[in-house]
Amino acid sequence: MVAAALQTVPEAGRSIAVDAVSHRFDLEGKPLPVLDDVSFDIEPGAFVALLGPSGCGKSTLLRLVAGLDHPVAGSIKVDGAKVGDPDPSRILVFQDPTLFPWRTVRANVALGLEAQGILKTEGRRVDAAIRMVGLEGFDKAYPHQLSGGMAQRVALARALVNRPNLLLLDEPLGKLDSLTRLAMQAELVSLWQQTGLTAVLVTHDVEEAIFLAQRVIVFGPRPARIVADLPVDLPYPRHRGDPQLADLRRQALGHLGLEASW
Amino acid sequence: MTTTETTLRLDVGPVTALQPVTLLAALGWFGAAALLSWWPDLTFQPLVRELSLTWAALGAVVGLFGLFGGRLGRAGAWTQLRGPWLFAIAVATVVWTVLTAKTGILPQPFFPTPQAMFEVFLYDWPKMLHSAWFSVLLLGQGFLWGAAAGFSIGIAMGWSRAFSYWSVPLLRYIGPLPATAWLPLAFFIFPTSGSASVFLIAFSTAFPVAVLTWSGVAAVNRDYYEIARTLGASPRFLILKVAIPAALPHVFVGLFMGLSTSFAVLVVAEMLGVEAGLGWYLQWAQGWAAYANMYGALFVMAAMCSGLITLLFRIRDRVLVWQKGVVRW
Repeated sequence: MVAAALQTVPEAGRSIAVDAVSHRFDLEGKPLPVLDDVSFDIEPGAFVALLGPSGCGKSTLLRLVAGLDHPVAGSIKVDGAKVGDPDPSRILVFQDPTLFPWRTVRANVALGLEAQGILKTEGRRVDAAIRMVGLEGFDKAYPHQLSGGMAQRVALARALVNRPNLLLLDEPLGKLDSLTRLAMQAELVSLWQQTGLTAVLVTHDVEEAIFLAQRVIVFGPRPARIVADLPVDLPYPRHRGDPQLADLRRQALGHLGLEASW
Repeated sequence: MTTTETTLRLDVGPVTALQPVTLLAALGWFGAAALLSWWPDLTFQPLVRELSLTWAALGAVVGLFGLFGGRLGRAGAWTQLRGPWLFAIAVATVVWTVLTAKTGILPQPFFPTPQAMFEVFLYDWPKMLHSAWFSVLLLGQGFLWGAAAGFSIGIAMGWSRAFSYWSVPLLRYIGPLPATAWLPLAFFIFPTSGSASVFLIAFSTAFPVAVLTWSGVAAVNRDYYEIARTLGASPRFLILKVAIPAALPHVFVGLFMGLSTSFAVLVVAEMLGVEAGLGWYLQWAQGWAAYANMYGALFVMAAMCSGLITLLFRIRDRVLVWQKGVVRW
């Protein structure tokens, strides 16, 4: 019922079509290519992981899908429409929770509704989102009073309160301690299942990608190009000790040129 | 409440009512009263009996706290904490009395005796209070105008490239000029010396506030804007709900600096042109060679400045309650 308050339409996830996208940065006048002719499609409601070495350009790809930057070449379409400016239906969750330190947990979660001017009428969505990430009772806390895991949960609630159709996760668990991280991986899966949105997770953690996603797209080093597209055809809830996961993990590491460590 | 205060209170607690240091301070004040009335003054001094009675009364009150302070709530806790200060002030008063009234080691009238100071406060307090009130009003007007102007300029500079292109060189060139340098011109240009002073105080406040607001807005984490943008924020929202709250800690540093410099401008303006206020009182007392009055005015002025700074810090503590580890004033 909590999910119902956050998601009116079930199966509301969006499709993404990335077509021949290339991108580069200007680094002191020299062009630095970060994405090289990347193409893939994601069907509505899927959970897809983008896996690759640090700094390969996968986060840049996520920013392009969010609309924070625009690709130099190629096109990105969400539900058939070209991506323009940032929009609350496509929410990016960063590696750092980047909560606004001057706002309480509640006011942080309410940020999107306030910015869109619908906080008065839709205020109950704030409570629903806080409950969804299990932070009831922390409404009035300030960010500096929260642990890393709690702060990242607030960041997730701040995203979910907008009823996004597309959740873009840029290594959201990257800075958490390993136990919190395992707990939050399971929470991410359950949030995704409850809301039915499309989730794209950028990570450099092979196990995390395979444990969470239905499909893992593997990128090579910068400029990023796709080196493999692995379906993970296992039902949820998954078990970390599953031999099929171990096999997929070996495959993924092989594509990243790290099979020797297996 | 600092940690030392808390631990001090915990150490004693309500178990024992006796405060030995406070009791010692009471003895100090009785001693000062006795010394004042029984050691003859070098020259005639007014109000000897009244002052020594006042000191003895003070000693009695402090002594009461020394005996029963532990049962006297907040005031008792305060004397427990400040007992050493009460004692030190009593000792300093004795030293002062001996050096001025009793031995003349510090010459009259440049170093007034306790009795002379007592006389000033006893008979001239309405004038001093009125002057202080006038100073606060003048300062308040100038400070508020200056803070508002500096804040707006700083926000505009941090936000708009075009605005900062034109204003940064001006600010860099004119801003560091001491506001007092404008004084002769300001008294010509403005219709009244009062409005000229408001302008000068505003000018001296606006510069640090503008610079620090500007740097505060410039230092805002870019991610805050990106997050707000993905959540559907308009440019107006980005300024009012992201840039300004994020810059507020810097703004308060600017307000603190502005307030500190505005005190100097206030005093100079009152000394040179305005016909009221503590600066004017100082000047007037100097004209009459009334040294005791000058010390009195300094005393009141210090209380005023310190009080205003304290007020500013209190406001900051309320507004920036979300910050951890803020400096206590």
